[in-house]
Amino acid sequence: MTTALLENTTRTALWSGSVIDADVHANVPSLETLQKYQERVWVQWAQERGWAGPSGLKIAYPPNAPTTSRDEWRLDDGPPASDLGALQRHILDPWQVEKAVLNCYYAIDSLRHPDWAAALARSVNDWLVAEWLDRDPRLVGSLVVPARDPQAAADEIDRIGGHPGFKQVMLPVRSETLYGQRIWWPFFDAAVRNDLVVGMHWGGTPDGSPSTSGFPSWYVEEYAAETQVYAAQVISMIAEGVLRKFPELRISMLDCGFTWIPTWGWRMNKEWKGLRREIPWVDRPPMDLVREHFRFSVAPIDSGPPEHMAKIVEWLGTDDLLMFGTDYPHRHDDDIAEFLQVLPETMRANVMSETARRWYRL
Amino acid sequence: MTAPTERPRGGKHVVARTDEIPPGSRRIVELDGRQIGIFNIDGEYVAFLHRCPHMSGPLCEGAVIGLVESSGPGDVRLDESRKFLTCPLHGWEFDVHTGQSYFDPKRVKAKRFPVEVRSGADVAADAPAAAPGAPGTPEADTGAAPEADGRVPGPYTAETFEVVVEQDYVVVSTGRPRRK
Ligand code: FES
Repeated sequence: MTTALLENTTRTALWSGSVIDADVHANVPSLETLQKYQERVWVQWAQERGWAGPSGLKIAYPPNAPTTSRDEWRLDDGPPASDLGALQRHILDPWQVEKAVLNCYYAIDSLRHPDWAAALARSVNDWLVAEWLDRDPRLVGSLVVPARDPQAAADEIDRIGGHPGFKQVMLPVRSETLYGQRIWWPFFDAAVRNDLVVGMHWGGTPDGSPSTSGFPSWYVEEYAAETQVYAAQVISMIAEGVLRKFPELRISMLDCGFTWIPTWGWRMNKEWKGLRREIPWVDRPPMDLVREHFRFSVAPIDSGPPEHMAKIVEWLGTDDLLMFGTDYPHRHDDDIAEFLQVLPETMRANVMSETARRWYRL
Repeated sequence: MTAPTERPRGGKHVVARTDEIPPGSRRIVELDGRQIGIFNIDGEYVAFLHRCPHMSGPLCEGAVIGLVESSGPGDVRLDESRKFLTCPLHGWEFDVHTGQSYFDPKRVKAKRFPVEVRSGADVAADAPAAAPGAPGTPEADTGAAPEADGRVPGPYTAETFEVVVEQDYVVVSTGRPRRK
């Protein structure tokens, strides 16, 4: 029994209430697929140069890495999760999903061209609407933005963010600047204006290193270290006052685990008590702000022994922080059945559906 | 530093001449076996136990700072009319007028002592019983017995300190705080 596969059990035996999957993926099958959503100038631009798509995709998700896709979910033609029928067969139907939040990471942020990156983001969003959101009412989506350019990102949010199918805007976790910094305020302003959650997503610009101290040598390092980048982004958004500036802001942390939250919270609260006059707009302990403004998907769970996990869940200090997500098609071998056992009764419905329902206003 | 345990606590102690603790300065003395910091904050005297309620840090060695206020990022203002004593160990802040901490506000409060400025004439009138032979250094514990009215002579005595009636003195009360 793992997070995503219902091996040896049925969905209702596992959980009889409703299920909202806060993190499933849609992958762009190929650059050609997007061409019908693109202005001709960009199609010609790519063809002339033999450009096949953003390079950062393979950096974030090495095609043959086991974590990139479960073997049983690899497709004969096209990358994993690039087909709606496959998503329905693999996740939506067996899990009897009421709603799923569809995330597309196309590494647009690895493209430096200011106009082409914005055009590429537009085409991905229009493709998401036409070929996914409009074709399965269970899906709501996340729009992508040219994340090197906060103003262009805000423009794209204003262009398409009002579409009822979009509930979230993606922000790749790796970036050259920390997201709390003021250059990002137009982006957050647009997200709030369009009532969208900001989804902090695995991956990012090739210049944004996967660890907080540069580029590791091995994928295993990168895979384990990237969580620290999430932590750095959370600290930045709290300390720089983004949450004070945008009190309505909701941020989903996807793919980063959550077991590190309580102990990091202790540290951050402790430092804030001694240094808060440095950041006087932070008028509450940082962990209170985390509980108010952030939610975390439970893939990966990073579970140790159940008794340890029970402690960690207790330390979260709220029933309303975690959201079930399969992270389809990525491979996480967490035991969701065991995790549900560990959760207090009052928390299970929240994790499996209700927190995401409230958070995304589904 | 240990205080004789059997000795009752409380009373009024003359700790310094006012001009020995000018505005912006402080003096840490021992009274009743407890170290107490007396601060002159813009002409007003306050006294704190030299022991942080958080984890017993040397509270009275900390900086006295104004309140940093903000309506949001990009806006920082200093309100110098509100002062806080910060603990050097972890930087917690305590309101100099109430001892109130901003953290764990229900549980953690720095202990304060009432301070008053009294004239030399008053001090001289109050102190004669303790005056003969009392040790005269400000940091020393007098070890003196309490007066009938509960007052215990502080390290400054009329005799060694030569109370000059024209001058004013800082007097700290270490008695139990009065309940409202
Ligand atoms: S001991 Fe004073 S702040 Fe911790």
